[in-house]
Amino acid sequence: MSATENTKAVLDTVENVAKDPERTQPYAALGLKDGEYALIKDILGRRPTSAELAMYSVMWSEHCSYKSSKKYLRQFGTKTTEEMRKHLMVGMGQNAGVVDIGDGWAVTFKVESHNHPSYIEPFQGAATGVGGIVRDIISMGARPIAVMDQLRFGAIDHEDTARVFHGVVGGISFYGNCLGLPNIGGETYFDSCYQANPLVNALALGVLRHEDLKLANATGVGNKVVLFGARTGGDGIGGASILASDSFSEGGPTKRPAVQVGDPFAEKVLIECCLELYAADAVEAIQDLGAAGISCATSELAANGDGGMHVELDRVLLRDETLTPEEILMSESQERMMAIVDPAKLATFEAICKKWEVEYSVLGEVTEGNRLTIDWHGERIVDVDPSTVAVDSPVYDRPVAYPAWIDALNAQGVNASGLTRSEEGAQLGKWMLDLAGSADLASKSLITNQYDHYVMGNTALAMPDDAGMVRIDEETGLGVALATDANGRYCQLDPYVGAQLALSEAYRNVSSAGATPMAVTDCLNFGSPENPEVMWQFSKAVEGLADACQILGIPVTGGNVSFYNQTGDKPIFPTPVVGVMGVIDDVAARVPSGPQDAGLNIYLLGTTQDELDGSAWAHVVHDHLGGRPPAVKLEAEKALSAVLGAGANQGLIFASHDLSDGGLAQAIAEFSLRFGMGARYWLGEIEARDGVDLTAALFSESSARAIVAVPREEDVKFIGLCEGRGVPVMRIGVTEDTAAIEVQNLFTLQLDEIRARSNETLPKYFG
Amino acid sequence: MPTIVVEVMPKQELLDPQGKAVAAAIARKGISGVSAVQVGKRFEIITEGPVTAELLESVKALAEDFLSNAVIEDVVSIEVVE
Repeated sequence: MSATENTKAVLDTVENVAKDPERTQPYAALGLKDGEYALIKDILGRRPTSAELAMYSVMWSEHCSYKSSKKYLRQFGTKTTEEMRKHLMVGMGQNAGVVDIGDGWAVTFKVESHNHPSYIEPFQGAATGVGGIVRDIISMGARPIAVMDQLRFGAIDHEDTARVFHGVVGGISFYGNCLGLPNIGGETYFDSCYQANPLVNALALGVLRHEDLKLANATGVGNKVVLFGARTGGDGIGGASILASDSFSEGGPTKRPAVQVGDPFAEKVLIECCLELYAADAVEAIQDLGAAGISCATSELAANGDGGMHVELDRVLLRDETLTPEEILMSESQERMMAIVDPAKLATFEAICKKWEVEYSVLGEVTEGNRLTIDWHGERIVDVDPSTVAVDSPVYDRPVAYPAWIDALNAQGVNASGLTRSEEGAQLGKWMLDLAGSADLASKSLITNQYDHYVMGNTALAMPDDAGMVRIDEETGLGVALATDANGRYCQLDPYVGAQLALSEAYRNVSSAGATPMAVTDCLNFGSPENPEVMWQFSKAVEGLADACQILGIPVTGGNVSFYNQTGDKPIFPTPVVGVMGVIDDVAARVPSGPQDAGLNIYLLGTTQDELDGSAWAHVVHDHLGGRPPAVKLEAEKALSAVLGAGANQGLIFASHDLSDGGLAQAIAEFSLRFGMGARYWLGEIEARDGVDLTAALFSESSARAIVAVPREEDVKFIGLCEGRGVPVMRIGVTEDTAAIEVQNLFTLQLDEIRARSNETLPKYFG
Repeated sequence: MPTIVVEVMPKQELLDPQGKAVAAAIARKGISGVSAVQVGKRFEIITEGPVTAELLESVKALAEDFLSNAVIEDVVSIEVVE
């Protein structure tokens, strides 16, 4: 690293700074702006040592400090009511949020990005993305029990997409499968806006008993600071400051060294070691090492606690003895954790580490006062107030500008552009097949077949169901469901509405599976915050999400912001991935996303408007994006969720599938394909009641809708339930033993044909 | 037949999980004195005839772009063996 070259000869101690106060420091190369460097000097009352500079540079990076987003993210706190906090044991600010799900159980879950490393080195980038989010879960005191991933690749037919695709999918399956964690769902979309900047978001879910909760607060003067797990090497130095906080320059990646290599077997041992440490009550606080490594762990633990911290950095176990102290502070070597241990329990701690063959080193201890001091072979190289490093980083109020192009885009809706519709059965049926085989809607089994779904034996639902669901308590059947969504096209048209639609869809998916939505995590993927138009998109998306969470009554518990996502100088579509976690009292009452019996009535819940702007139909059939996204109907979503939950609970709903991308057409295709059960539909009543034409009836993406299969003998009860909750309900079909989907008077498609179209797309490009 | 031998090693500064596992296994066998192991790859590219300068150049380019992953690996040697 250029930052450290000039410090290798003479150690830059605090004492040395006094002798050499005016040294020129490479702060710009470390990603710090002039004003930020001046602020550091102001805080310290002197220039920073090179070690302090290393710490500030990584911790004040966009990735670690949220300096551009903090101003907006506060809404997630201020718009969370007391009622919403009722089940929230830990909110934003810790490694992951924790939610009480009853019976003494709690779950923790979080989604994070690993976008930039996954473009440079797709396999290791995606693998370490999984590893990183899993360590966040462990650090809350929980056992990781499931993962999911949200992927966005470039155009499916672009020559570079296969490289990224195979690397990312291979990396996720390698790391997750080796850890023995089920991958219970996710999303995969293709669009040229992600060509040189794929999105690789990873979500992990963990479970714990209430009393096992751990926090990253270093308290108790005299308690030991212990680093354990893998040794520290030169992996990913400056990954957070340089890689994740700046854009790739034109023509591909130039900043190559900042990648890490993961070792899932080491992480598996670390999981078990941590859980045994918790069971033995051997740690007071714990923090995982991710971005910014030891700089982050020491400063956050100290800043969250009530005292200071002293660390002897030369006690860090190294893989490479030539590393400088600055490099050790910045290294992002994987599979490491930092614990605060009561000296009386140190022997227990050591015994457990030895049992698992996990290396550890006591680096220092919690001290009086509020300073974080770090020594290197007895010489002081860091002496800072940890909160200035970890908490009180600069907050920017970046310029925001209403995008110059957006009014024109909004004006070019499906109707204004004169897109051809159809009332012809043959044409509508062909479009339905085209959608089923389109890159975004086609079967993702080529990907999901590479992941373990059922390892650990508690998976109740996994892809291709609407939500993933795992059992938590084997006695009672208590379980949780998770779904994530984000439609970049909607967000490009209107980020406020788009973010709300992402939340609505994830909320609906969890409800469709029979669970009650409880809490939210988000991974906000955007372009450069230095672009005022991107900043406007970001501000609107956060506002939309926070407003909608308040109405739905479910809090955001944590997540991640990823900026600087762009291909060339073109920002990606705003992609706020929203994950909703729901609880189900007994997973035996879960609802699959397709029927398994003939003779069930199929009901459409909710109403259909002519909302084809930004739809899959417009995209696939007409290669068109313009207009306004579908209307958000949060009250209708709540009512629909209540009906789906009660219907599942009372055993009235045998199958349920939400309507989203591709509208009713895609929903009925997936509904039948799930278990190969045919169905017959009629659309006349939808046309009559909602005043829409056949194209809209089949392809509109109006929100707050789902289709459900209900046994005939439960019709009266079910309709009563819908009417009682004010959810519009209409019988639109029946399941049949025909291996075909018939839309009366229009077309009949054989399930084999739809399946073939759906299954052939990914193998054609990546097989 | 002439053979072009290309050797690729993981970058020094990055973790080599395979090497780490082998080093641990060596220690478990009771052999002391081994501090680390690095596991790399060796390609033996057998040519149809004598190695021309042009072919060697092609293989050098292949070694950098195709046989190794420049992000995490280094090409440490390329040599012609008769």
